[in-house]
Amino acid sequence: MAASSLCHGHLLLFLLVAVASAFLGTAAAHQAGSGEGYTIAGRVKIDGASAKGFGLPAKTSNTKVILNGGQRVTFARPDGYFAFHNVPAGTHLIEVSSIGYFFSPVRVDISARNPGYIQAALTETRRVLNELVLEPLKEEQYYEVREPFSVMSLLKSPMGLMVGFMVLMVFVMPKLMENIVIINAGSTVALQFHSFLQHLKC
Amino acid sequence: MAAPPRRSLLVLFAGLLVFASLATRATAIYEDQVGLADWHQKYIGKVKQAVYHSQKSGRRRVVVLTEENVISSLDLRSGDIFWRHVIDKNDPLDQLSLSHGKYVLTLSSGGTILRAWNLPDGQMIWETNLRTSAASNPQLHVMSNNKVAKDNLVLVSAGRWIYAVSSIDGAISWEKEFSIDGLEIKRILQSPENDVVYALGLAGSSKLALYHLSAKTGEILKDIQESLPGGLCGETVLGCDNVLVALDKARSSLLLIELKGERISYNKVLVSDLVQDLSGSFKLQSLSNGVISLQTSSSISLLKLKGTDGLEVIQRFDQPAAVSDSLTITEKGEAFAVVQHLGSEIEFIVKFTSDLSSEIIREKVNIDQNRGNVEKVFLNSYIRTDKSHGFRALVVMEDHSLLLIQQGEVVWSREDGLASIVDVTTSELPVEKDGVSVADVEHNLFEWLKGHMLKLKGTLMLANADEVAAIQALRLKSSEKNKMTRDHNGFRKLLVVLTKAGKVMALHTGDGRVIWSNLLPSLRASRFGGTPSALRIYQWQVPHNIVMRENPSVLVVGKSGAESSTPGVFSILDSYSGEELNSMKLDHSVVQIIPLTLKDSSEQRVHLIVDSNSNAHLYPKSPDALNVFLHEMSNLYFYSVDIQANVIKGYSLQKSCGLNLGDEYCFSTKELWSIIFPSDSERIAISETRKMNEVVHTQAKIIGDHDVMYKYLSKNLVFVATLSPKAAGDIGSALPEEASLVAYLIDAVTGRILHRVTHHGAQGPVHAVLSENWVVYHYFNLRAHRFEMAVIEIYDQSRADNKDVMKLVLGKHNLSAPITSYARPEVAVKSQSFFFTHSVKAMAVTQTAKGITSKQLLIGTIGDQVLALDKRYLDPRRSVNPTQQEKEEGIIPLTDSLPIIPQSFVTHSHQVEALRGIVSIPSKLESTTLVFTYGVDLFYTQLAPSRTYDSLTDEFSYALLLITIAVLVGAIIVTWIWSEKKELRDKWR
Repeated sequence: MAASSLCHGHLLLFLLVAVASAFLGTAAAHQAGSGEGYTIAGRVKIDGASAKGFGLPAKTSNTKVILNGGQRVTFARPDGYFAFHNVPAGTHLIEVSSIGYFFSPVRVDISARNPGYIQAALTETRRVLNELVLEPLKEEQYYEVREPFSVMSLLKSPMGLMVGFMVLMVFVMPKLMENIVIINAGSTVALQFHSFLQHLKC
Repeated sequence: MAAPPRRSLLVLFAGLLVFASLATRATAIYEDQVGLADWHQKYIGKVKQAVYHSQKSGRRRVVVLTEENVISSLDLRSGDIFWRHVIDKNDPLDQLSLSHGKYVLTLSSGGTILRAWNLPDGQMIWETNLRTSAASNPQLHVMSNNKVAKDNLVLVSAGRWIYAVSSIDGAISWEKEFSIDGLEIKRILQSPENDVVYALGLAGSSKLALYHLSAKTGEILKDIQESLPGGLCGETVLGCDNVLVALDKARSSLLLIELKGERISYNKVLVSDLVQDLSGSFKLQSLSNGVISLQTSSSISLLKLKGTDGLEVIQRFDQPAAVSDSLTITEKGEAFAVVQHLGSEIEFIVKFTSDLSSEIIREKVNIDQNRGNVEKVFLNSYIRTDKSHGFRALVVMEDHSLLLIQQGEVVWSREDGLASIVDVTTSELPVEKDGVSVADVEHNLFEWLKGHMLKLKGTLMLANADEVAAIQALRLKSSEKNKMTRDHNGFRKLLVVLTKAGKVMALHTGDGRVIWSNLLPSLRASRFGGTPSALRIYQWQVPHNIVMRENPSVLVVGKSGAESSTPGVFSILDSYSGEELNSMKLDHSVVQIIPLTLKDSSEQRVHLIVDSNSNAHLYPKSPDALNVFLHEMSNLYFYSVDIQANVIKGYSLQKSCGLNLGDEYCFSTKELWSIIFPSDSERIAISETRKMNEVVHTQAKIIGDHDVMYKYLSKNLVFVATLSPKAAGDIGSALPEEASLVAYLIDAVTGRILHRVTHHGAQGPVHAVLSENWVVYHYFNLRAHRFEMAVIEIYDQSRADNKDVMKLVLGKHNLSAPITSYARPEVAVKSQSFFFTHSVKAMAVTQTAKGITSKQLLIGTIGDQVLALDKRYLDPRRSVNPTQQEKEEGIIPLTDSLPIIPQSFVTHSHQVEALRGIVSIPSKLESTTLVFTYGVDLFYTQLAPSRTYDSLTDEFSYALLLITIAVLVGAIIVTWIWSEKKELRDKWR
């Protein structure tokens, strides 16, 4: 339900890097380890319209956003936004876990030299993101889809093949047999003719 | 459903056909097959806090916060979970509250993260990060009926910070940092007029500070400070409106501190005047109206405050008991509940704080003895049909289960101890008795046919909704999988699990129901200190001979305290009934448990326990076991990995240990070798060895060009991964240049390093699995910034020239040469690494009965799912362009990353929240393995890594087979008639 409101909402371009304290300059950014740090904010965008198939509601309440393989975990809000605060400068990894969707992990670089500069790229496709909007690469179908009933699939099954072969034997073989009989008859005729000729010679 | 005998007969007939007809992938299942061979159970863990949702109409619910870091909304009628969130372990939940009647507020990470959740559906509404120094005991206070601001304010205090946060959107309204060093705010109170907030703090151990703050702006209106001689230990409660009761540092007296007007005055009361038993810890709990409960290790006393003059003991409960918080009942004042044990029953008592002498309710409730003592009570009231007040309570028991008691009955119970499984083992079920004939299992033919007709319709997609439901019901009803006897295929087993609470439970693999449970007395917290902890569970006695008519048993090992030097605890339980057969307290500690493959004459497995003095103790202590053991002792070696000291050591055993020569079951150990890693460059991250019960079918591996490679199969192979100190931290904390991972393959008998490989720019966490002759490990590659999985396969080169058939025939091979670890092995190693998308929480490998079936890796991903990945993908011999021969062998062309196929998620659409472990148990059927996954949730399924090639699947349509046979027979008859007719015609011609 939350995701459906997302899909017709205007896509907000959102990438926020806020230095925790306003006066922090380049020098202060080096001290980023001591609790003061940067904020990584972004949003998870799951297209609600395509969420169908295996009967799971496309809810952002099931969506977890994981920083650095479990160092920090947060949840997406109804509108898909999430934020990590006090993140030190460096290269980080963001993963999104949402059942039914396959998200690529995102590499996030926070530059220590020029604060406020942040770079994000999908690690799977190496696509650089202009804004931190995380979209699933694909939906995941956990179940094998049942093929709808078709005569062909039935015929292709071993039983179908058996029945088919039998039908072949019943209807085509007699015809074949007839031919054989004719040939045989022909050959006997030929044989008789041959013997007849020999008879004449003698 | 057909019985196994029939099935095995049919295997001959139709096995080939089925093999051809199964086009689907091995692990994939259809959506309508969910729940047939698998089950999923959701748990929450031991409840720490509970808040009732006081809604007049609609579904009654209770929001709970648990020790497994779960926040959940439960249905009060049935105990079912409405919604649930498992918060990460790094973000411990501290406080829980409701606001506005529609938001659930949680405070976590020492008061730094405040979240609001929507009560009906559990959606997170907002999250606010508060900049405080993480405090040990943060407080959360929701202001009631605030007239100052329109939206309710939530006050959060942590350390010396107070924040006021709007409960609508999480915006910080005001914040206040107090200037006293080391101040910790203990309580936040609200004046009746709602415009003043009192914050009571303790600085150091002796300085008490009281602040009056404006609720609107947070500005300090008044500031009172007082030093208390003697100091406080931090345990404080508010007795009544302005009297604080605190325990002093010596834990000998209670201070009654009056917070009136301008100054703080206090009075001292000796605890020994109130209660006799002074040992152990004290817990104070305020029940409002000047009633305080004082909980010591042996009793609970209800105390009444007489102004600041003193305290009076009103009632004492000497039986194990628990007291609830007070609950405001309209007009009548405040009520609280006491639950105490009376023999096999518990007594539920409700009293009003205004009148302690009388009781509103005194009910006796019968509960299961295996639940232990009452630990927590949460009282709730409801209006009966006759407008009077009724009471019910949630009771948390010692085994972590949660019960709802109402009107003298347990309305529902939840086995939440299963959320914290420590270890798992399995047990076979009893053999089917002769009296039970096969005929009982068979349905009558018509029913059987009807069922299969339905199934046929289902497979042909001709069934309507009703029929689909009928098919599902039919499948689930097929009682066969839930029977309490051993089955032909070995699918039915008991999963014997050991939980953190010291409870052992047996779950049936058919549907996951609890067959028996036993809260082990030896692992229960005693009243006099010591918190025993459960360590491991092992199979103790597995009688293979049916004639013995003896039940198998399991061994539970624990220790009686938190430190590693505390003595161990042993307990042996019957696997069929859960009855404790034997229990003993060991006179030594338990550092390492080594189950041996040896058995004594009564088929008890021999175990060695290594204590903290490096002495090994033999169990069972029988002369017979000793004989068996002594015979093998010279061949026994073991190793230990000391992560703290960064060293691996190998040992052998020597007769008699140094201290007590009389004990012939005690052996001293002799250090044979040690590998000391340089601590400044390498820290041990993980060590992994082969599973004891792993079966390998063949040593030889025939590769594409008909060449043979011999696997290096050694039970003594140990994989160790070390990380550079910087790489051991979280991702993002190290640069690629300073991070490295070194993987070692070590022979545990000689300490010889067989192989060593360094991955530069690699970082932890490392997960590894070792099986047969290969090891697969998962780590993070900082250069590519992706997770990687590497595989190392190790081959025995000394046998490489045994390929010649002539040599084998002429006996010139070295296959009969003895294998010894002392000989320098000639090994060849192949390795390769691949990218893997996800973080990994746990890793395991499938185990089958004979080891013929190809292996799959079971990977617990960060999304709490379990992925089954064919080992073929992790083959070091994969190349970009495999030759024709290699293709025939089944080598997949090389790709840089491992594929994640959604259909190969074993857990399909379920999540095993907070996944911790994956166990693979072989069944009797070679193709199939049983997979049990545990975390906060439990998940069980059957898995066939290379399809079920040795049996028909449940999908097999017997009806179609019968129809085919019928059609064939019909056709034979028809053709026979035709040929007869034709013959006749020919004769007449």
